[in-house]
Amino acid sequence: MLKCRAVWRKLAPLARSASTQCRHNVKTALNNGRRQAFVPATHMSTGPAGGGGSENTLYVVLVGAACLGGGAYAYMTVRGDSKRYEERISELASRSAKEAPESQPPVAPEPEEAAPTSEESAPVAELSGETESASAEEPVTEVPAEPAAPVVEEEAPTEPAVTSLPESAPAPEPVSAPLTLPSHAPYLLIGGGTASFAAARSIRARDPGAKVLIVTDEPNLPYMRPPLSKELWFSDDPSVTETLRFKQWNGKERSIYFQPSSFYVKPEELTSAENGGVAVLTGKKVIQMDVRGNKVKLDDDTEISYDKCLIGTGGVPRNLQVIEKAGDEVMNRTTLFRKIEDFKSLDNVSRNVKSITIIGGGFLGSELACALGRRSSETGLEVIQMFPEKGNMGKVLPEYLSNWTTEKVKKEGVRIVPEALVKSVAFKEDKLEILLKDGRQVKTDHIVAAVGLEPNVDLAKSAGLEVDSDFGGYRVNAELQARSNIWVAGDAACFYDIRLGRRRVEHHDHAVVSGRLAGENMTGANKPYWHQSMFWSDLGPDVGYEAIGIVDSSLPTVGVFAKATSKDTPKAATEQSGTGIRSESETEATAVTPVASSTPAPVMEHKDEYGKGVIFYLRDKVVVGIILWNVFNRMPIARKIIKDGEEHADLNEVAKLFNIHED
Amino acid sequence: MPTIIEEGKDTIIFVTKEDHEAPSNAELVEEDPNDPYEERGLILPSGEINWNCPCLGGMASGPCGSEFKEAFSCFHYSKEEVKGSECLDQFRSMQECMQRYPELYPQEDEKDEKDKQEQATESGANAASEGQKDNDTTESEVKS
Repeated sequence: MLKCRAVWRKLAPLARSASTQCRHNVKTALNNGRRQAFVPATHMSTGPAGGGGSENTLYVVLVGAACLGGGAYAYMTVRGDSKRYEERISELASRSAKEAPESQPPVAPEPEEAAPTSEESAPVAELSGETESASAEEPVTEVPAEPAAPVVEEEAPTEPAVTSLPESAPAPEPVSAPLTLPSHAPYLLIGGGTASFAAARSIRARDPGAKVLIVTDEPNLPYMRPPLSKELWFSDDPSVTETLRFKQWNGKERSIYFQPSSFYVKPEELTSAENGGVAVLTGKKVIQMDVRGNKVKLDDDTEISYDKCLIGTGGVPRNLQVIEKAGDEVMNRTTLFRKIEDFKSLDNVSRNVKSITIIGGGFLGSELACALGRRSSETGLEVIQMFPEKGNMGKVLPEYLSNWTTEKVKKEGVRIVPEALVKSVAFKEDKLEILLKDGRQVKTDHIVAAVGLEPNVDLAKSAGLEVDSDFGGYRVNAELQARSNIWVAGDAACFYDIRLGRRRVEHHDHAVVSGRLAGENMTGANKPYWHQSMFWSDLGPDVGYEAIGIVDSSLPTVGVFAKATSKDTPKAATEQSGTGIRSESETEATAVTPVASSTPAPVMEHKDEYGKGVIFYLRDKVVVGIILWNVFNRMPIARKIIKDGEEHADLNEVAKLFNIHED
Repeated sequence: MPTIIEEGKDTIIFVTKEDHEAPSNAELVEEDPNDPYEERGLILPSGEINWNCPCLGGMASGPCGSEFKEAFSCFHYSKEEVKGSECLDQFRSMQECMQRYPELYPQEDEKDEKDKQEQATESGANAASEGQKDNDTTESEVKS
């Protein structure tokens, strides 16, 4: 430092003298047009020693040259830098513009393929040569997510002669980038079930041009689950396991898939789709969620960022511990029923074994028992159903009704083993031996375990989401929101129901209602869960009911029954309304004209005491749940009563509102 | 008279048709037509179209959703004597779009689709005026 200063001090006088003289010279030169001798009469004491004119001239020349040179250099550098800067900025801009539309990748291979077929050999050679050179240039330019951008910039200048290339590739899009999946989705839906599909539809309806990406670990497009344990089993079509189409009671046929594949946009084309769309990425599992960074990581290590995210991961069937511990031979002969592949495998099994035992007496177990029981009449298959309760639907229906229902299930050909607690399962002599705690033994070929659903909360840890300890599932508020930009719907959502309190619901209609609500809230609606979802079950063609709210057999109930006529069966209900699936009949009552029933309704026994009626479930004297027993198309009234949340002194009066004696 | 049986915590009542003849005296809470939480029908209280109405099926959300919305909006707000007579272009482009997806919009049902939409509009309009229609949400799908 000091050294510098010392040096500077020494140089300063020189500089000073030089500069003043320099300036003076310039001035006088300009003024007079000729070089002047050093004008000042007095010499500066700091002037160059010796004060020689020629020396001074030399200094002037040197300094002047240095100044000019320095100035020129500085100018050139700055200009060059700014030019590079401009280029870089424009490159970045074009790159980010192309990052969003991933059109490049899918379009790229197509023109490449199209080009050779449509052109002669010469241009083809040029084309391939060009793309090669382009790809060679790619590593040179910085590694972008889209090699597309620099390719465009280079291709134009390098091969202006190849006109065929610009023709085959649309003007703004480059050519040789590979097919890539979207790295960003404005709306990301994790899980490809009913809730996700309902949300996708809701988002698309409310946000025009929305781009929705559904990521599912299943190989299938979104489908509805109820027919897997009901209608598909009643199909006469031998290829039903492939077509997955079912004929409804009224003759109308439909697929279990919500929409055919032409409805969806391919994931690679999602970002560039002009009007947006719904894309389904199958066979990929989301394993990690980064809430701060708004992105998820898939099982193949790719990352997808999102603006809004829905978790619709549903759940996984529970198994009995005794079966899990029983070894492979038992596990291989056990079905946990939930997905399409489970349906296919159970259908196959049911044709090839002599005896199937269903463990579980709830909705799924009873429906499967009835479905298989029906089949048993044709094939001689033995169908056994065992459960800890006293009767079918023991946790849902009051005892008298549960008993009545059990009798009906028996009539479908099912052997019922009630009050059964499984102690152990073993594979002996080519048969599964189920030993119950009270000593009873059941020998069978195959087991279907329908003992509940474990909600899938795998992402809770990485995402930092709360899991509910009472009901399981992700804890969300009344608007189905877990955290900012994250919603949960369907089986996995433990939500706050303003009327009925915090709960978690595992029904199809709830998945639709909550999925739709989540979609609305993801597009800014901010609505709470208010429209109460319903559910239904059919146990054979003669017993069917619709229900809404909290339907728990431990609550006090009031049932109001009338005598049933032959018109009060599920079959007749759907025939009359001209729809297939029960819940459909509710919504589309506005838009569908009823199909006249051509076949007469089946004759029903009149000895049944509980033919049709309404059952109210009470909590603190308020109706929190209603079952419509063989009474159909009255759900709106039931919904209204639950919504009101009033205390009614005489429930018979409330029952009058349902007109149970009429059709 | 209704037969009443008590089975523990459960009450069972058997009623004949005559028992239920007299109108109910159960009181229901009056509906608020402007309740923001309520599910809406096809037409919102503001007069706008509820594209998320289950009654529309997937029409507004599918590949031809934007064409459908334009055509239907034009129809809805049309003040012509023959309602929608100035919307032929929009309907044509909607039809053209639908023809590209025959799987989703079966051709023979197109006329039914149109009828359905008109029905939906009428019922939606009724819902708006009465404020009582309950369009339930438990919908399944586009009709096959």
